[in-house]
Parts: sequence; structure tokens; C-alpha cells
Amino acid sequence: MSSLDEINKARERWEKVLLSKNPVDPARTTSGIEAHVVYTPSDLEEMDYLRDLGFPGEFPFTRGVYPTMYRGNLWSMRQYAGFADADESNRRFKYLLEQGQTGLSVAFDLPTQMGFDSDNPMVRADVGRVGVAVDTLRDMEILFDGIPLNHITTSFTINATAAIILAMYLAVAEKQGVSMDKVGGTLQNEILKEYIARGTFIFPPRPSLRLVVDIIDFCKDRLPRMNTINFSGYHVREAGANAIQEAAYCLSNAITYIEEVLKRGIDIDDFAPRIAFHLIVGLDFFEEIAKIRATRRLWAKIAKERFKAKNPRSMMLRLFCGSSAREATLREPLNNIIRATIDMMGIVFAGAQSASILSYDEAYTIPTEESALISLRTQQIIGYETGITKVVDPLGGSYYLESLTHRMEKEIRALMDEIEDAGGMLRCIETGKIQMDVLKNAYETEKRKQSGEIVVVGVNKFVDEQKQDEEIVLTQINPNLARRQIERLHQVKAERNHPKVKKALEVLKEKAMGQVNLVPFVLDAVKEYATVGEICDTLREVFGEHRESVVL
Amino acid sequence: MIRILIGKPGLDGHDKGAKTVAMALKNAGMEVIYTGRRQSVDQILNAALQEGVDVIGLSILSGVHLEVTEELMARMKEKGVEEIPIVVGGVIPKKDIPFLKQMGVKEVYPIGSPFEDIVKGIEKIAQRQR
Repeated sequence: MSSLDEINKARERWEKVLLSKNPVDPARTTSGIEAHVVYTPSDLEEMDYLRDLGFPGEFPFTRGVYPTMYRGNLWSMRQYAGFADADESNRRFKYLLEQGQTGLSVAFDLPTQMGFDSDNPMVRADVGRVGVAVDTLRDMEILFDGIPLNHITTSFTINATAAIILAMYLAVAEKQGVSMDKVGGTLQNEILKEYIARGTFIFPPRPSLRLVVDIIDFCKDRLPRMNTINFSGYHVREAGANAIQEAAYCLSNAITYIEEVLKRGIDIDDFAPRIAFHLIVGLDFFEEIAKIRATRRLWAKIAKERFKAKNPRSMMLRLFCGSSAREATLREPLNNIIRATIDMMGIVFAGAQSASILSYDEAYTIPTEESALISLRTQQIIGYETGITKVVDPLGGSYYLESLTHRMEKEIRALMDEIEDAGGMLRCIETGKIQMDVLKNAYETEKRKQSGEIVVVGVNKFVDEQKQDEEIVLTQINPNLARRQIERLHQVKAERNHPKVKKALEVLKEKAMGQVNLVPFVLDAVKEYATVGEICDTLREVFGEHRESVVL
Repeated sequence: MIRILIGKPGLDGHDKGAKTVAMALKNAGMEVIYTGRRQSVDQILNAALQEGVDVIGLSILSGVHLEVTEELMARMKEKGVEEIPIVVGGVIPKKDIPFLKQMGVKEVYPIGSPFEDIVKGIEKIAQRQR
């Protein structure tokens, strides 16, 4: 084997003889890390295989959280779905499951996510628009009608109203005769990123964190199959952060949440095995894979060294990945199928446990059945036809990938230290520092797209002017939808036991003013068919509403 | 100095567009007031009147641009302030641009509109008003 010394000398010669005669512009990843023309073993001088990579399923889990990864079981394919009302969404769920999807991922409309009922005049235009409208338990019953909750796990993109949706899910499971310990799924339940980027917060940070921890605490002993929080980098990345910021903010938020849970005297190993992560994989292929491997390794170290976890499962970064919808284009939307495919390849090489990729029409609106099917087929073709899944972490050992993974770990760690020095994530969110840093990056990125420095095929390069007015078949919002949903809501309200609802809300309010875990009381209210709006208004009375301070 | 208010009506939280445009306008020397998210049409209009802005911009990605613009125009008429120029940006299909202009919108900036164009366009609009 050639020694590193020999390789270095050979490289110098090569640079002198060949590289200098073929000059190229410097290149960087999207987060600004320079990329050499070629990488060699010398670039991995600092790497120690057993320390830095090891074996899949073992600390530091760089190569994968499970020993056989996809050779044993493919990732779970769960396309994000939900729109209009529970009937329509139930049909879409069943369709996707029939077509081979292995789990569900529910999209809720904005009123549901933000604690408003469909009959609130302020939200009429938003009912059922970006996800399914859920006002009461009745909607959830219809949503999961004919879907066996002892077999299917469901991921819920829900945050401020996570306790309500969890309660509804449990109530539906109970009606199906499925015991709590069999109910499986994921709750996003990650409020900090709502303040930074996504925007569906309701209450101020402290009571919101209380609710997050109430859910984690409630589930840890009762629902062993429920992942109770998804530390998310996805949304802040879509809002304009770069890959390093995405990972750093995600992990820094994770630290904040964990510290809140630990404050209650709960042991790290009692809940950490059930936390999960949500990151993006976009088109800068190697950077994304490196980012995820670096984050996986970093998390393992943080869990072990900072939080003194003993159970290896607490150190495993179990990952739900999304593709980069931000990189999808309005023009020539079919090109987005290719983009989603590349994202999905990256997701597989990165070793995610669960995936949902964009549909080609998603820059316009939510997917049609056809476009959702193509996304599912993309996952299936990669999973079953390509052979990538036969070997764990097949790109591991690539000189470039390992060098980039190592470098990204350093950069992510450095930014995390910066945030810690500035007082921690909560402080940085309150002062608007994170939002401003994200906005600056978003602005610079947009300028580089507008100048053509960042190429977007079909949009700023290779533009077909005739395709400008292309019409594609889109999901149409049924104009009667809001009215129908409101009718259903009013019917439920008419049929329920009003004194019991009133009592449940009174008790909830009383408990909210104290310190006790609120989930059981939300569950009581939900079972009486209290509405999302009623429950949230009750909590608003106690917690107040968060007013966003605008950072420009 | 041109004063412009950028409003984000409805519940949609995708404000990267509104904020990056606001930043571009600010860098071009305008005074920009961004209302933040979750604004009703009334809140946007009241803020614009309170701040005495020269132009109002709406950022709409959720497809409700025709309804929202219609509502804004109606409220402005009620208050007798229709002369304040309106611009709209976001996910606006080309075929809807004529409808918006018919309603009185001065310029429409669909996704991908270069910052330069938006800056120049708003400068022109504000000048015409003076």
C-alpha cells in the first residue's frame, strides 16, 4: 500500500504536471465548504476508522443506526398526504397504502395546526387547503376509518396542537380496540422551529415547551411505539438556512428540549430512545449525505458525552427525511420528478429510516393522486430495482465523503458552540438572531439564483420561453369544502353532551394553570368531542398568545 | 424616501419571499414595514394607513390572491383610500395577472421576479403618485 507520504508527493507532481495546465474555478458546497478537484487518502489522515466510523448499529452510528440497514428492512415510505376533509384524505391514505406505501404521514390544514375551528370566519380561505381539516374527534374517526392502527404507524406533522391530535389518535385506536402500547407513529411536536421558521405556534415559548414535554412524559411509559418529538432541521433549511445551519439549529434545539425534559427528573434513557429527527436531503448530493452522517455522529456523541446516556438507543439518530421542496420549480414542473429522484437517492445513501419526497406539482399546490403516485414509485424503484440497498453505507470510505463529513461535523459543532455562547437557542430565537441569519442566507441565495450563479435548469438556464404558460393539472380546491366541513362541525356540536364538554374544558383550564401533565385532560376533552378551537381557546386564556416580533 | 408596507395575509407561514423582497427594498434605500404573518386584510390596511406608506405590497403563496386583493380593494374603497398603489407578489399564475390589474393592482411580481425589477417597479409607482 502506498504511504501517505508517497501519495502527497504524487499529488504535488500531479498538480504541477496536470492540474496547473487545466485550471478550474474554485468550487464550494452550498454551505460554502471548498471542494478540491479530487480527494485522496491523505485527506483522511485524521480519520480513525473504528473511532469515527465503526460499524452500523453501533456508536458512533456514522454508517447507520441499524446493523443491516436496508439489507434487513427498507426505510418506511410515507408520502405526506392530507387535504380537504377527512373523507377525501382517508381515500388518499387508502390509495397510497394499496400502492405499497408502508406508513402514513398526515398533513393538516393551517386552522387545525394553529388551533382554529373551520367555522372561524378568519380562517375560511385556509380550511382544507394545505392539509386535512380536523375540528373534532369525529374527523379523526373518519380519517382513519378502515385503517388498522395495530398495523399502520402514522407520522403527524403537528406542533402547537400536537397534544390534541395525539389524544384523538389514541381515542380512535381505543375505539378500534387497539391498546395504547400497540399504537405507533411519530409526532413532530417541535415548537422551537415554529418560532424560527414555520410559523404555526400559538402560545408563547414557555407554555409551549411545557406542552412538548408533557407529551414526551405522557408517552414514555404508555406508548412505547410512539416517537414523541422530531427534532427538525427541514423547515429552517427550507426557510433559507444552509446545510450547516440546518444541522446546528436542529441539534441545538434538541439540546434545549432535552434539558427541559431532564428538568422534570426524567432519565435520558427513559425517553431518548423514542426521539427522532427530521432533516432534508436536497440536490447538493454529497454535502447532504455528509451532513446527515456528520449529524448522526454528532448526536451520538452529544447523547453519550453531554447527556450521559447509557442505552445505545438513546444515541441513535433515527431519521425521517424529506426532499427539498424549495428546489422544486414552477416552470417545467415535470423536471421536479428528476429532482425528487436525486433527493431520494441521497436519502438512501444517507441512511434515513423514513422518507417522503415532493411531488412534481408541489411548487403550485398539494399533490394530485397521479403526482403522489410517481413520488411513491420513485421510492419503490430506488428501493427495489437499484441494488443500492444491498450494502450498508456503500459510499462510506469515499475520500471525498469522509473528508466532507469530518469537515461538516466541525462546522456544525462550531456553530452550535456559537449559539451556546450566545445564551442557547431559546435566547437566540427571542433576540431574532437565528431568524436574521436564516434570512441573510435566504437573501444571498436568491440573489445568486437571480444572477444565474446558481443554475436552475429551465428557469435561469436553458429556458424555453414557450413553456412559460404551461398549464398542468392541479388539485382543485372544492369551493364547497369549507361549507361542508362547517356543517359537519355544527352537527357534531349539536350531538355531543354539552355539559360534559364544558366540564372537561373547565378542568383543562384549571390544570393548565398548574404544573400537572395536561395530556390526560386534553384526552378527556377530546373524547367529549370538544373542538380544536375550544381546547386551544381554553389554553389561550391561560397561556396567552405569542406575538411574533418581526426581524428585518 | 419611499415607504412601503409588505403584508402577509392569511395563515400561511411561508414568508421567505416577503422577507427577502423586504430586504432587497431596504437595501435599495426604501423604508420597509413588514407586518409579519397572520394578518387579516383589515390589519394590513390599518397598519399601512397608520404608517402612512406610499405603497402596499401583498405576499400570497396559497392561491387566494384574487379573493384577498378583491377584499383589500373593497376595504380601501370603503375608507376612501383607493389611491394608495398596490403590488402583489407570490404564486400568481400568468392568467390571473390581467384580473389583478383590472382590480387596480399596479404591478404583479410572480415568484422569480428579479429584485431589480421589483425595486425599479415600485420606485416608478411611488413616483407617479407624487
